[in-house]
Amino acid sequence: MEALAKIVVKAAEAAADPAAAKNEAAAASAGFAYGLAAIGPGIGIGYIVGKAVEAMARQPEAAGMVRTTMFLGIAFTEALALIGFVVFILLKFA
Amino acid sequence: MIALEFPPINEILRWKDLFESFNKISIIAVLAATIGTVVFLLAGRQSAKTAPRGIRNIAESTVEFIENGVVMQTMGRDGLGWTPFLLSLFTFIYLCNVPGIIPFLQMPATARMALPAALALMVWVVYNGAGIKHQGFGGYFKSVLFPPGVPKALYILVTPIEFISAIIVRPFSLAVRLFANMLAGHILLVTFALLTESLFQAKDKILIPFGVLPMGMLIFLTGFEVLVAFLQAYIFTILTAVYIGGAVHPEH
Repeated sequence: MEALAKIVVKAAEAAADPAAAKNEAAAASAGFAYGLAAIGPGIGIGYIVGKAVEAMARQPEAAGMVRTTMFLGIAFTEALALIGFVVFILLKFA
Repeated sequence: MIALEFPPINEILRWKDLFESFNKISIIAVLAATIGTVVFLLAGRQSAKTAPRGIRNIAESTVEFIENGVVMQTMGRDGLGWTPFLLSLFTFIYLCNVPGIIPFLQMPATARMALPAALALMVWVVYNGAGIKHQGFGGYFKSVLFPPGVPKALYILVTPIEFISAIIVRPFSLAVRLFANMLAGHILLVTFALLTESLFQAKDKILIPFGVLPMGMLIFLTGFEVLVAFLQAYIFTILTAVYIGGAVHPEH
């Protein structure tokens, strides 16, 4: 009962102070923003590297070219996750 | 439990100015430019006819890496004239990234947006300029905005997308990629260093041995950052080479 009363008091305090409430919401959504942004690129990079390994195993003499293209693909895919990270920084600190 | 207070972002990314608007990051950037220039000047003073010694070995292997790993892979033999530009870009970015793991410096100069943004803007001017120089103003924009082999009616859809992706998104993603990678690495290192410190100084004696865990992670991540510093410089350079190659030799 006492704990519940404490939570109610805390919630009332948070409602009374909009700046603190905003900070809390920003911190929570920053975590969501980064987590969601990481899903797609995570799958994508795994796919790219997996296929590149497959290609290198099938044709080892083309490994150099495959590696360059793989890094290019990773760079483009990773950009999405990194924009998510920038959004995280902006929500959390700005 | 433990008193863990993450410092405000300005504390981990900004130091007191030495004088107006000149702080540690500027020092690292200036040092990177100076070291790169001095290394290649010293290497260039040796005779090209004798076997390379000392510093020339480093310079020659870097040049060879750029030629074989970047230029030949993306632009082919015609692009070898771009080697000096790509080489200085690579050297500068790498030397700016590496202080992120050098003790007492511990700050990659590229973890602030100013440097990547300026570099990306320069690359934007260079690849657009190269395209205009090789194909003429109209020819360049025609090859960028109206890619061949697309049905006429689809140009309503393709042209705006091509314009946004080639003119606006390219420099933006180039800058953000470098900046966010280095910043993320820096913040990770800060987080684990803080965790280690606060666990080792915890009031509960039982918590102190657990400080080894984040410390191991810190050492692992420092090793990982060595790789990231190199990889990001490489990716920035190779994307520049791809953009220049695409602008100079359009698809037919």
